[in-house]
Amino acid sequence: MTLPETSQMVAGRSKGARARGRAAVVARFLVVIVTTYLGLLAVTFFIGRVIPIDPVLAVLGDRAPAHVVERVREEMGLNLPLYQQFFRYLGDALQGNFGTSVLTTNPVMTDIRRVLPATVELATLGTLIGSLIGVPLGVLAAVKRGSLIDQAVRIIGLIGYSVPIFWLALLSLLLFYAQLRWVAFPGRIDVVYEYTFTPKTGLFLLDSLWQRQWDVFRDVFRHIILPASLLGYVSLAYISRMTRNFMLNELSQEYIVAARAKGLSETRIIWFHALRNAAVPLVTVIALSYASLLEGSVLTETVFAWPGIGLYITNSLQNADMNAVLGGTIVIGSIFIAINILSDILYRTLDPRTRAR
Amino acid sequence: MHTFGTTMRRLTAGAAIALIMAAAAPAYAATPADTLVQAWAIDDIISMDPGEAFEISTAEITANTYSLLVRLDLSDTSKVKGDLAESWTVSDDGLTFTFKLKPGMTFASGNPITAEDVAWSIERVIKMDKSPAFILTQFGLSGDNVTEKAKAVDATTFTLTVDKPYAPSFVLNCLTATVGSIVDKKLVMEHVAPVEKTAENKYDNDFGNAWLKTNFAGSGPFKLREWRANEVVVLERNDTYFGEKPKLARVIYRHLKESSGQRLALENGDIDIARNLEPNDLESTAGKDGIVQTSAPKGTVFYFSLNQKNPNLAKPEVIEAFKYLVDYDAIGSTLIKGVGEVHQTFLPKGVLGELDEKPFKFDVAKAKELLAKAGLPDGFTVTMDVRSNQPTTGIAESIQQTAAQAGIKIDIIPGDGKQTITKFRARTHDIYIGVWGQDYFDPNSNAETFTINYDNSDEGKNKTLAWRNAWDVPDLTEQTKAALLEKDPTKRADIYKGLQKAVLDRGPFVVIYQQTEVAGVRKDVQNFKLGPSFDTTFLGGVTKE
Repeated sequence: MTLPETSQMVAGRSKGARARGRAAVVARFLVVIVTTYLGLLAVTFFIGRVIPIDPVLAVLGDRAPAHVVERVREEMGLNLPLYQQFFRYLGDALQGNFGTSVLTTNPVMTDIRRVLPATVELATLGTLIGSLIGVPLGVLAAVKRGSLIDQAVRIIGLIGYSVPIFWLALLSLLLFYAQLRWVAFPGRIDVVYEYTFTPKTGLFLLDSLWQRQWDVFRDVFRHIILPASLLGYVSLAYISRMTRNFMLNELSQEYIVAARAKGLSETRIIWFHALRNAAVPLVTVIALSYASLLEGSVLTETVFAWPGIGLYITNSLQNADMNAVLGGTIVIGSIFIAINILSDILYRTLDPRTRAR
Repeated sequence: MHTFGTTMRRLTAGAAIALIMAAAAPAYAATPADTLVQAWAIDDIISMDPGEAFEISTAEITANTYSLLVRLDLSDTSKVKGDLAESWTVSDDGLTFTFKLKPGMTFASGNPITAEDVAWSIERVIKMDKSPAFILTQFGLSGDNVTEKAKAVDATTFTLTVDKPYAPSFVLNCLTATVGSIVDKKLVMEHVAPVEKTAENKYDNDFGNAWLKTNFAGSGPFKLREWRANEVVVLERNDTYFGEKPKLARVIYRHLKESSGQRLALENGDIDIARNLEPNDLESTAGKDGIVQTSAPKGTVFYFSLNQKNPNLAKPEVIEAFKYLVDYDAIGSTLIKGVGEVHQTFLPKGVLGELDEKPFKFDVAKAKELLAKAGLPDGFTVTMDVRSNQPTTGIAESIQQTAAQAGIKIDIIPGDGKQTITKFRARTHDIYIGVWGQDYFDPNSNAETFTINYDNSDEGKNKTLAWRNAWDVPDLTEQTKAALLEKDPTKRADIYKGLQKAVLDRGPFVVIYQQTEVAGVRKDVQNFKLGPSFDTTFLGGVTKE
């Protein structure tokens, strides 16, 4: 009886040690998150305060009389020392109060709840398009290395990397909207549906599908498809190139030779063995590409009059609406952190070796 | 067993089918017959409260949704006509204005419009003291005296008492500004929020400002249905409007900043009117089937100014030399073609006292001669703060190039609009280039900013353009003040003409052009006319075939 007891004790100890280890990882992780947030807030706050724009101008415009300017400056706390302004903001932010946007007059979080779904919908569709086309293209380029197809994929990628998206966007509007009339006018939805459709989640495609409003769904699709395809093209350029590299690496491995020797079909080898292993680093690539589309699609949002968070933050920054900029930065920061965690978890799921470690 | 090639072929075919399905049906491209859809950069809107709103977009929206006591008479812009007011008289001492309201009018809410609403509308503007309040406080109204000075005598009689015997045209012109809009007191009072009294704020409530920022309490031809910042403003017909009812059921302003985007949408019929077309897009839509252009000169002048704190720029000869170093003709025929007209005086055309004189033309030899007289025969180096937009940048570059011919080296400092204005207001610029639009349709609006400087010290409270450029002009300050009390319109106009001549002669302002607002309009839209100011573009009479 003593042996099993000892064994249980050992097992218990190792369980305890593992739990403590996990707790330490979580604690470290939390410290990193808190520091990141603080850093984000501090950097954005101080940059916002040192830019040579008087924030009172954003509230009052250029014509307000001097006494009104002074009164508003005091109301906004701008006459306090910078560090006091920061701690005041930090205190409010910790209580979930991110202040009011001077441009829209709404609480910042209300604005963000309105604009974020527009960007999420656009970036998600963009990433889907980028991945669904980019991954097979990358695989194809790797398999047919050096062929005409490989060169074509490389050129497609090069254009996606080097041509400014603003220009591509205008050009595609000219072609697909003005000439061919395949897609709809910039914006998220046509005016005729503006007041007959009540979105629930803010993701118009899902909402219209859920409410079985097929006309609205078609209209929303016509609005989103062009900007999403453009974003998809940009991420495709990155994803296809990385897929090609990962696949080339996998295809040169010994297990591929062994699989061929066993007589497995080429399709099975490529899609089930090589791609499965290449998928592990690919997850990080796609996640990072998604995150960059979430915060970096400002130009696309501008051209397509897409009321998303990128446009919201840019407009706010240009108008020294610092509450909105800070609130937006926190949300984007949170999304980055969440996507990183998610890709970490996926990484562990897909690659058993990381779990063992 | 499938080969890799087969799999790829299937994938490609699938993608092609998806694309064809997406493109199958034609895109919807016609606006509803009862709705006017306009594309306009409406990102300047910060409030829909007429006591606070002071932006270009809100001027038009407020003018179409709220009523005033009097409005500018568009057939003769030196006069006003009654809106809510049926008639008005001025007392013999010139201090009291009595307005008689038209009978039987109601707000969109159904509440009757009374003199009490008029008095309270003025009272809340004065007590809230937001940006446009100065248009009314300049008559001596303050939080302490407004209930006495602006009051309802009975249900249809309202009196306004001013502190000096101003020219009646001045007082009435100021009342045509959107800050004079009459709000529905009963409705707004239901939404008044309590606020804490502080040293800066003497009142215990917000006069409904927080609510009215995004809501509506007016009696104009349209009512405000919704404003989503940087997205859309929706107006709906007000069926209780006391005047002629609008033909359209709805007016939608869609925020679309890019001129090229507006042009494409206009050509495709997705919008009825494009409001921000730049010269190249105007040119490409000109003569296109189904599109016409309409334009109107606006009360905005484009100028550059020389900070008198810079010793070189303070020399009278240098000031004059700059006026000869602008290639007005080239700018007029290229950079501002269609969107502006060369103009050299500070009062825009159409305003009482306008002076249509253009004494300056591009003349390098004359400028060099003046610079030599100023002791600067080899020129000098100076900076110019330039807002990064068109045509500002293009004009700045043109001046940079023409001034260089006389030896003046201009270093352009590009910046965002608010950045350059911050510097301008701090008087730390050398040369500032920008626009000035009238705050209200009266010559005093521009005369005050170009020629009044009460205190030229850095602590000066009144940041007029004269102050911002450290131009100390006690004589012109007095003349401008005197013009306000001149009752005879002809004599009053003469004073403004004299002031403009003085600025042409010695002012550190080089006025280049007066803005023309142009809109691209689809042919099925009828009776759309741009007004002489942003608050006189009325949409009530617009129809669609």
